[in-house]
Amino acid sequence: MNHNDSKPQAPWEPRILAIFCNWCTYTAADLAGVSRMQYAHNVRIVRVMCSGRVDPQFVLDAFARGADGVLIGGCHPGDCHYIEGNYKALRRSEMLKRMLSDMGIEDKRYRLEWISAAEGDKVQRVINEMTADVKALGPLNLPGRFKDWDKEIAELEHALNGKGGECCSHAKEVSR
Amino acid sequence: MSKPKVAFYWCAACGGCEESVVDLAEDILGVIGAVDIVMWPVAMDFKRKDIEAMEDGSITATLLNGAIRTSEQEEMARLLRKKSQVMIAYGACAQSGGIPAFANQFAREQIMKYVYEDSPTTVNPEKTRPQTHFEENGRSVELPEFRNVVRSLDQVVDVDYYIPGCAPSPKVLKAALEALLSGKLPPKGTVLSPDTATCQDCSRLESKPQDLSVKEYRRVHQLKLDPEKCFLAQGVACMGPGTRGGCEAACPKGNMPCTGCYGPTSKVIDHGAKLMSSLTSILEAKEEAAIDTALKGIPDPIGTFYRYGMSKCLLRRKVNL
Repeated sequence: MNHNDSKPQAPWEPRILAIFCNWCTYTAADLAGVSRMQYAHNVRIVRVMCSGRVDPQFVLDAFARGADGVLIGGCHPGDCHYIEGNYKALRRSEMLKRMLSDMGIEDKRYRLEWISAAEGDKVQRVINEMTADVKALGPLNLPGRFKDWDKEIAELEHALNGKGGECCSHAKEVSR
Repeated sequence: MSKPKVAFYWCAACGGCEESVVDLAEDILGVIGAVDIVMWPVAMDFKRKDIEAMEDGSITATLLNGAIRTSEQEEMARLLRKKSQVMIAYGACAQSGGIPAFANQFAREQIMKYVYEDSPTTVNPEKTRPQTHFEENGRSVELPEFRNVVRSLDQVVDVDYYIPGCAPSPKVLKAALEALLSGKLPPKGTVLSPDTATCQDCSRLESKPQDLSVKEYRRVHQLKLDPEKCFLAQGVACMGPGTRGGCEAACPKGNMPCTGCYGPTSKVIDHGAKLMSSLTSILEAKEEAAIDTALKGIPDPIGTFYRYGMSKCLLRRKVNL
């Protein structure tokens, strides 16, 4: 780790959460690895048993905690190990995309892809494409935005404390 | 011994929560007999200075309804928090933003411009806007600051309990008051309503198919609603499966689908996302185009899934304003 402050900060790099299904896409990522295919280092891969397990809450939570993009990978239609799981993922995804766009999150920050266990090269291509897309969009930085939004609250707390000279501590300690 | 003191207060709210207190009907006499109400702007003439004069922690409980939008609401919430042993977020707006939190889809300037300039009923050629500070003839007037974000109560002060609903049912309120007065309170942070889905209380539960599959969603005006059959089985978006019970399925009883006002159960973090997950995954369609057609009956995902919970959406607000 470099703690030297005089050095310029490393340029911003997107952080992308990838959620891959155990049976197809994760295996494909494994294949990409053993085949020594190089892809952008910006993804953090999480393995789930099925793309149908991916709750839209996971995607929102990832963005809220600082992900710049979320990629979900599942088996091709008809190939789901659990028969129906990837269809559930697709249906949720169609609605989630609309919701994200209504909330001001750009389309390219969220992507659902079908990648079979044999398609190591597709893992490489999709990750590289998505990294380039998100890089072009710039940081989403929701944790930073949340902090900015809450400044207006901190200001009042500060003003009240200044005026009354007492801490705004809650009455938690009072016995019930 | 003096009676326990209770305060009611309202912030960004419609008044329905106040109405729900009155809905206790004759039971309200029991409440008034058991407690001293020290503040209730809608019904009684106590002022802020009366509260300020009280000792910290001397109010047993404050039931605060409404979301927090202005600096004045925030100040009152802080003041009441300081004076109360127990702070209860009363109703959907205090719990999770409610209807007022839809405004989190718009920037403050958009709202101000529409309300003071562009709305069809506004005549304001000088484009006057309210100011937080105004002076005339040596007198000055202060108005509260209009915040950028609509917040739930617990995003501003520490909250002990939540009473959900838009508005809470008298039964839920009564149970909460009884728990409060008997001192038999659950762990802090508890939502004082049963932790089961609304479907469990719904008389239509029997007609909910085991392997529910929806061809397409239709809006309530697009079909004749069957008064007994599960709404989802009729292809109508009903928030029951992802919404906390306690209302005794009042809306389905009135032949309208649940809209989700009791908020999520304790296992769910983001109510809207969970509802979205539940309602879309049960579609029949398997291809993008067919799925999009089937979802046409839900034209506004935010308005449908986050009707009462925008402040508690993990994204909190439209992010690019």
